Amino acid sequence: MILQGGPVIFNTMHLPEPWKLSTYESTGGYSALKKILAEKTPAENIIAEVKTSALRGRGGAGFPTGLKWSFMPRQFPGDKYIVCNSDEGEPGTFKDRDIMRYNPHALIEGMIIAGYTLGAKAGYNYIHGEIFDIYEGMEHAVEEARAAGYLGDNILGSGFSFNLYNHHGYGAYICGEETALLESIEGKKGQPRFKPPFPASFGLYGKPTTINNTETLASIPYIMREGGQKFLELGKPNNGGTKLFSVSGHVEKPGNFEIPLGTPFSELLKMAGGIKGGRKLKAVIPGGSSAPVLPAEIMMDCTMDFDSIAKAGSMLGSGAVIVMDETVCMVRALERLSYFYFEESCGQCTPCREGTGWMYRVVHRIEHGQGRPEDLELLDRVAANIAGRTICALGDAAAMPVQGMLKHYRHEFEHHIEHKKCLVQSGAV
Amino acid sequence: MLSAESLALIDKEIAKYPAEQRQSAVMSALRIAQVEKGWLSNELMDFVAHYLGMQPIAVYEVATFYNMYNTKPVGKHKICVCTNLPCKLMGADEIADRLKKKLGVEFGETTEDKQFTLVEGECMGACGDAPLLLVNNHRMESFLNEEKVNALLEELKNK
Repeated sequence: MILQGGPVIFNTMHLPEPWKLSTYESTGGYSALKKILAEKTPAENIIAEVKTSALRGRGGAGFPTGLKWSFMPRQFPGDKYIVCNSDEGEPGTFKDRDIMRYNPHALIEGMIIAGYTLGAKAGYNYIHGEIFDIYEGMEHAVEEARAAGYLGDNILGSGFSFNLYNHHGYGAYICGEETALLESIEGKKGQPRFKPPFPASFGLYGKPTTINNTETLASIPYIMREGGQKFLELGKPNNGGTKLFSVSGHVEKPGNFEIPLGTPFSELLKMAGGIKGGRKLKAVIPGGSSAPVLPAEIMMDCTMDFDSIAKAGSMLGSGAVIVMDETVCMVRALERLSYFYFEESCGQCTPCREGTGWMYRVVHRIEHGQGRPEDLELLDRVAANIAGRTICALGDAAAMPVQGMLKHYRHEFEHHIEHKKCLVQSGAV
Repeated sequence: MLSAESLALIDKEIAKYPAEQRQSAVMSALRIAQVEKGWLSNELMDFVAHYLGMQPIAVYEVATFYNMYNTKPVGKHKICVCTNLPCKLMGADEIADRLKKKLGVEFGETTEDKQFTLVEGECMGACGDAPLLLVNNHRMESFLNEEKVNALLEELKNK
């Protein structure tokens, strides 16, 4: 896997031992925090800077971070929390792992600044269970920061106190949903909560809580150090900054690439070494497995930012780009994705619990030569009846791949049903 | 029921949360218990429940909801192969077939000598390193190919 550094997140990558506190400090790390604490910068100024940066949530929804921060009640008398969502389990996404592995202190500094701004005295970083070595590495990095006086009581003599703790998942995709994640920190099954109330008013342990993605929080030190305007100018209007793109699948060099939002997809593909074995690009899932698939000809005209991908009929999501070449059978690809959502549905809402299994079984029988002529209409109906009818977005996430595949590759499904076999010969998948 | 070392580790986790929120440490406590004992028997979960001041049923709920907990005995080495789409594109099915053939088991089964359990996993959040697997939840093996799988099995057999 290859890593391409950039100015914001992977700014220590060119140095030996990029993960160490001293390395991070040598690139200006923790200077933003020191300045804020020394000058006692008012919280509203920090929020204004983040708004100027046009930083949008990097976990998938793309919600403006500054606006989200402004939802936290200022005058609340009790505890408040900042929570980092590092429960990265959307197939195709593997960027937060590399942030925590190579630049954990950018995240830690970002969380301390967020805690200061939002009036939180404690923060939790929820880490995907399957990357347990990363959890152990973060435990070490937090200790390093504590020993250096950046965490704990009366940080750098400022009177501000903040503690940060890592919490690990243990195999449940649904905990990437923010309220399921809160339930999980509380020591329960990770089943999403009804919203409202939103976490900003009733979050962890019932206290006001802001939940941000790892990459979002790791972008904060740069914004406060260099200014929101500079961050904005790295990207394009309404899509500020650089972004990590995780490129997986049929490319020569899979990996994470930190590039400006708005970079043409064709350039990203080139950075990833192009299509494996010189084969032809067939399709791309541009934003993690729940984003609708886009055919090559549409994708090659896209730039990698929230607005361009949305206009093409999909979503940038978490920036997970799954590349598929001409040997891929879309029925088989969808069968595996549908199984994933069926397996990971928490079972709380009927449309999702029943619908994900239904969709999987129908796609499964089409793949195995037992499809019926009415199956595609049935899939359309089931997907439409899940979407928008569940407590959380997992239902939508399960419906969108089905809808995307049927929109662009319906003929492959029809061929499977009619001929009991694949349209794509000698398929890799 | 658990060693002093395990209890000390659990106490360290409890200290991360507000004093009245000991339950928050249940995921870590079950992980630590599982590392020591191999799997989570009802008696072990009852012990964790008592230790954290939880109802046993609340602990069973957690243990059965998250799929990295072993609520049944497993082999000495649990091998979990991701077969999700990005891994599949990179040859995860061939890796899984290789493991099944070498071990003589299907997904969800344990070898007769109780050395290996093979399971199918979901996305581990490391798709750029595909294909990959986990050994006993905490050790990730990446960029798998036939030689790597053979070498891994040889190494584990002698452990």
